[in-house]
Amino acid sequence: MTTDSVMTLSNIHMRFPFGEDWRGRPRGYVHALNGIDLEILRGKTLGVVGESGCGKSTLAQVLMGIRKPSEGEVTRNFGADHDVQIVFQDPQSSLNARMPVWRVITEPVFAVSKRPKAELRALAADLAAKVGLRPEVLDRYPHEFSGGQRQRIAIARALSSDPDVIVLDEPTSALDISIQAQILNLLKDLQAERGLTYIFISHDISVVRYLCDEVAVMYLGQVVEHGASEAVLAAPKHPYTRLLLDSIPTMRATGGLGEALSNTDLPSNRNLPTGCFFKDRCEQAGAGCDVRQNMVPSEQAQVRCCQTVATTPQKVSA
Amino acid sequence: MADPVLKIDGLEVLFPGFSGDVHAVNGVDLDVQRGEIVGLVGESGSAKSVTAMTALGLLPPGAFRQSAGTISILGRDVATMSEREMNKLRGGDVAMIFQEPQTALNPTKTIGKQMLRVIELHSDLRGMAARDRAIELLKDMRINDAEEILGRYPFELSGGMRQRILIGMAFACSPKLLVADEPTTALDVTVQRQVLQLLHAKARQTGASVLFISHDLAVISQFCDRIYVMYAGRVVESGPAQKVLGNPQHPYTAALIEALPEDADPGAPLASIPGTVPNLVNPPKGCAFQARCRHAHAACDSRPVLTDVGSKHQAACWLREEISA
Ligand SMILES: Nc1ncnc2c1ncn2[C@@H]1O[C@H](COP(=O)(O)OP(=O)(O)OP(=O)(O)O)[C@@H](O)[C@H]1O
Ligand SMILES: Nc1ncnc2c1ncn2[C@@H]1O[C@H](COP(=O)(O)OP(=O)(O)O)[C@@H](O)[C@H]1O
Ligand code: SF4
Ligand code: SF4
Ligand SMILES: [Mg+2]
Ligand SMILES: [Mg+2]
Repeated sequence: MTTDSVMTLSNIHMRFPFGEDWRGRPRGYVHALNGIDLEILRGKTLGVVGESGCGKSTLAQVLMGIRKPSEGEVTRNFGADHDVQIVFQDPQSSLNARMPVWRVITEPVFAVSKRPKAELRALAADLAAKVGLRPEVLDRYPHEFSGGQRQRIAIARALSSDPDVIVLDEPTSALDISIQAQILNLLKDLQAERGLTYIFISHDISVVRYLCDEVAVMYLGQVVEHGASEAVLAAPKHPYTRLLLDSIPTMRATGGLGEALSNTDLPSNRNLPTGCFFKDRCEQAGAGCDVRQNMVPSEQAQVRCCQTVATTPQKVSA
Repeated sequence: MADPVLKIDGLEVLFPGFSGDVHAVNGVDLDVQRGEIVGLVGESGSAKSVTAMTALGLLPPGAFRQSAGTISILGRDVATMSEREMNKLRGGDVAMIFQEPQTALNPTKTIGKQMLRVIELHSDLRGMAARDRAIELLKDMRINDAEEILGRYPFELSGGMRQRILIGMAFACSPKLLVADEPTTALDVTVQRQVLQLLHAKARQTGASVLFISHDLAVISQFCDRIYVMYAGRVVESGPAQKVLGNPQHPYTAALIEALPEDADPGAPLASIPGTVPNLVNPPKGCAFQARCRHAHAACDSRPVLTDVGSKHQAACWLREEISA
């Protein structure tokens, strides 16, 4: 572990039991995370991408410490008075509708230390200004605001306990393009000012390319490619990363939509595939793919695929 | 020339409310010609859905008022059509697909039951012939074990699979117009690409026209022949997709494209559009984009109309009028 890592995940597994047999034992398990190793670098932004159901939000819950992994180790490299905060996709349902905005913003602080009202209000006013909200918003209620404004409130709330790490779970997917740009600029400014570490979960690759230093591509509860986002997105090595990048609609495309993909279904995470998890959908699958794959260091990335030519291990980020 | 499949002229729609009427659609003209794939693009609340729903007579009666404008489908004025005739039109010559494939299917009935009902309602096919047609439609949508899928319930299928089934059903009665409102917004990009490709191919193959609604400029640019850009219940720019998005003439269209992170330099801030959309209880008298526009000037206090800015390319902005004048 290097000194500049703020959190480290080693071999994280997360299983959820489902169903019950006649003796009350689970009938099986949903394998949501299947061996995640990640080092989160201080002051940087790590993008996490992958299809719905691949385990992004479960990973966020493990990072937040609100779920204990079934297996594996989470190491936190910051003091007990600091914490990890989160901003969710849907600012409508993630904010307490019965509280005025100043209470919403200071909820994380109030939860750990009961401070006087005047002090909390002053803190809320500070943070509101920081995220570009006018002071008169403090006594209004979340439902009175637009989606973009609510997301500003959610960001102010996440900042209130002075966290080291903020998990952003699809924070702009519900927003319009013009508002998304405002929020992304705000996140960048706050990071520069406060040295925040972000874990940015998204399915929008162009946003990840713009915002993230590193990217981890997830498939069926595993990271299949991890590296500097510039390198990974410009020259993806894993067949799944390539498929994902090829599928993104782009304004620059010429020649229409191409051929229809034949298989877009994720394999079930109740019975994990033997061999490489991506085998069923992989056009390059061959003999070497019948065994589980490990991460192989290759140039500026780590890749979980037998066809990756290993090069001298290199540290992933600058 | 044949009648357009859909023609909307001067449409105004408002929703009565406690704190005043919401003026959702404020004078929209639009047409869809035979075999054309036309896109409606704009931000949330710009009235893409209300425009389409009004045209198809799908807004709940009593909740809204059409205060101006005419709508004709396949050459017939919908104001002269009875509810029964409209019902026959929908699901016959006109089909619809919405964003949430979950809610569009009945959770208590198998896929087969639901498909057969649609096929039998709108065609002469019965029994095995109807079943064969259902299987054919599913196979066209790249659903491999079609026979088996007919026996399944919607919750047993993925979102992408459900959306492909709905597209298959939409084409069951060979529609002349298909209205698709954000049909892939809830899907992953790999699934989205597959669904878009299949929908596009099927429309071209059957000659159906499509009115395709999306907030995603990239999807719109790849999918549509011609597009309308909407803002605050008005069309601000229209024309061939490549022209409008490649060489936007309205400041709003241009600003939207600039705000995309796709080509942005990670070291520099994104070109965001300041402010938010106007309140439609009191819509602006002049240009609706005025409060956020960096080119706003005195003329913009009155409302600009759509003006030709190139071949088949129109924009509603005083800057363009002044240039062409
Ligand atoms: N039933 C209703 N009652 C009152 N106002 C409504 C109703 N339906 C729509 N509106 C209003 O009409 C305007 C246009 O809404 P519409 O749903 O057409 O937008 P849209 O462009 O489809 O947006 P989105 O991208 O979010 O789907 C909005 O201001 C909306 O709040
Ligand atoms: N509390 C839970 N109980 C059972 N299964 C769960 C639970 N939370 C998540 N899962 C399952 O774990 C997998 C990963 O889910 P999630 O982390 O939410 O994915 P993502 O955020 O990438 O869409 C999914 O199959 C999901 O259904
Ligand atoms: S290990 Fe084999 S199946 Fe898996 S991604 Fe690599 S080539 Fe494809
Ligand atoms: S009419 Fe005026 S305010 Fe409206 S877009 Fe054109 S320049 Fe901007
Ligand atoms: Mg999630
Ligand atoms: Mg809509």
